[in-house]
Amino acid sequence: MKLEGKRKIWNEYQKEIADDKYFYVRSCIRQAVFPGSENTYLRIMRDVLKKDVHESAHHTTCTGIGYHTEVVPFETIQTVVARNFALMREAGYENYTPSCVTSFGIYTEVLDTWHHFPEERKRTAEYLKKATQRDFQEPGNMAHTSDIIYKFRHQIAEKSKYKLINKATGLPLKVVDHIGCHYAKMFPAKGIGGAEHPHVLAGLIEAFGGEVIDYPERRHCCGFGFRQYFIKANRGYSIAASKKKFESMEPYQPDLILTNCPGCNFFMDRWQYALAEMEGKTYDTKGNGIPVLAYEELAGLMLGFDPWEMGLQMHQVGIETLMDKIGIPYNLNEKYKGAKGEDLGVPESPRNINFYK
Amino acid sequence: MGQLFDKLNSDVRFVEGINGCINCGTCTAICPAAEVYDYQPRTIAHLVQTRDDSIIENLLKSDTIWYCGECMSCKTRCPRNNAPGLIIQALRKLSIETGLFVESEKGRQQLALKRMLSDTIIETGYCVHFDHTTLDMFPEQGPMWQWVQDNREAFLPKVGANYKGNGPGAMRSIPQSDIDELRNIFEVSGGLKWMETIEEHSAKKAKEMGLEIGEGKSSEYFTEVYNRNNHAKHSRK
Ligand code: SF4
Ligand code: SF4
Repeated sequence: MKLEGKRKIWNEYQKEIADDKYFYVRSCIRQAVFPGSENTYLRIMRDVLKKDVHESAHHTTCTGIGYHTEVVPFETIQTVVARNFALMREAGYENYTPSCVTSFGIYTEVLDTWHHFPEERKRTAEYLKKATQRDFQEPGNMAHTSDIIYKFRHQIAEKSKYKLINKATGLPLKVVDHIGCHYAKMFPAKGIGGAEHPHVLAGLIEAFGGEVIDYPERRHCCGFGFRQYFIKANRGYSIAASKKKFESMEPYQPDLILTNCPGCNFFMDRWQYALAEMEGKTYDTKGNGIPVLAYEELAGLMLGFDPWEMGLQMHQVGIETLMDKIGIPYNLNEKYKGAKGEDLGVPESPRNINFYK
Repeated sequence: MGQLFDKLNSDVRFVEGINGCINCGTCTAICPAAEVYDYQPRTIAHLVQTRDDSIIENLLKSDTIWYCGECMSCKTRCPRNNAPGLIIQALRKLSIETGLFVESEKGRQQLALKRMLSDTIIETGYCVHFDHTTLDMFPEQGPMWQWVQDNREAFLPKVGANYKGNGPGAMRSIPQSDIDELRNIFEVSGGLKWMETIEEHSAKKAKEMGLEIGEGKSSEYFTEVYNRNNHAKHSRK
């Protein structure tokens, strides 16, 4: 295909992303499991890129996980979404940037519903008024936080201390991406590259000099499945889907798995540990497992942030192998220290996956 | 056309979810649920198209509608722009409203999900709260997580968390006035009624099964629905 034709197709998969003045909304899962990841995003935005990012202490869960497990009805989640939108306008912002991909999917679904079914919007506005006395307006712009990092990827790369290059060989590191299903599968036009040509993470990998590996099950779900993970009886669904992905990427021996969804970041990490304990197998050749990072964790690492202040020790699969390959120095003595430098002991080692302490 | 079909058809997600299925099976081919369960989204789209109430009632009572993971991969790929995942959401809503969800093993899990998620939402303002991510419920968190849980007060500030603190930040305590607003939203928009419906039908079922429903996450019925897995019935044949 001629380059011009390619560009034309590619244009259909671009989206408008605001340049500054963002209203930031946290993810329940990301802040509970990888709180340092969200903190890293804010440090990059405020300290490195000098952007105005506002966080309201009053925003709540969007209730998305409750909605997708059918314990929260559609009418309720629409009203909670409207409340978070109201808080944004009250704070004087109009660019909405959620950290969670499930939430991002919820917001796109709700906005699309209001567009196609105005009576749903009308009822939501009435419920919101009655319950909270608030009025809302849709965001002027909405982007997932991985979209924002994508937008500024070249600026971040320019300021970075490190690259995704193997220090010993000088070759690019091999990176597989895994994009959360609700980022673009429901509304492909809302994601960079749509659902079929995912570029939101690939663009970041390329900006840092890494090699993007297009593995066969790249678009398969991580297996969260909401109820399929939360209920112990169903968890086989979840681990089986992740296993399918690990088996598919194994032949390429990736150095890193990169994610944009907090749930996926969790499952890609924890199911490697669980599979190692259950089956004695890791998907690298050295018993370490494949490190897993979110876009903001990777950007922080490239910028030279301290890995333990970013909370990278909260991954069960160690990130040390990646840091060793790149040549990022780290101090294992600091890994398990407290905020005031106190000695907190060290976690127990898993049986079948190497652990650095 | 029957009453149940009319109810389905009044759900905007159902209207969006089905435009005419040609039974091509593309959705089944990419569905992660179809990989592990005796489940085909193609069949779901096909069955609701019959508009037959007895067929729909059977679906509402079945394990089948609870197998989907709502990943929405089917929406991307369907050549007719259907979304079996959205049809499933409408069917599940109706199964809860009619109380038929307690007639299947997977449907009965709603009680556990309600207590794990919606109760947490209206108590804390979070879907998932750090304090609830314990290894007895989620053993795959691994020994590192036990260490984090044990050392939360001393460790979490190091990674920038504002654990149970005031003001913004990760893991902050959400102000009571905001929790009150959230509760009001649940009251006004039918969320509390939905939660009560799940509890009421589950209580009746628990009695029928001779199990104590209790409160919270340690009752006999909670333990049963959280752990019970008739693998031979559910798994892909
Ligand atoms: S992909 Fe669409 S048309 Fe094909 S079977 Fe599934 S729902 Fe029907
Ligand atoms: S939404 Fe449900 S039916 Fe559709 S692909 Fe995902 S698991 Fe399968």
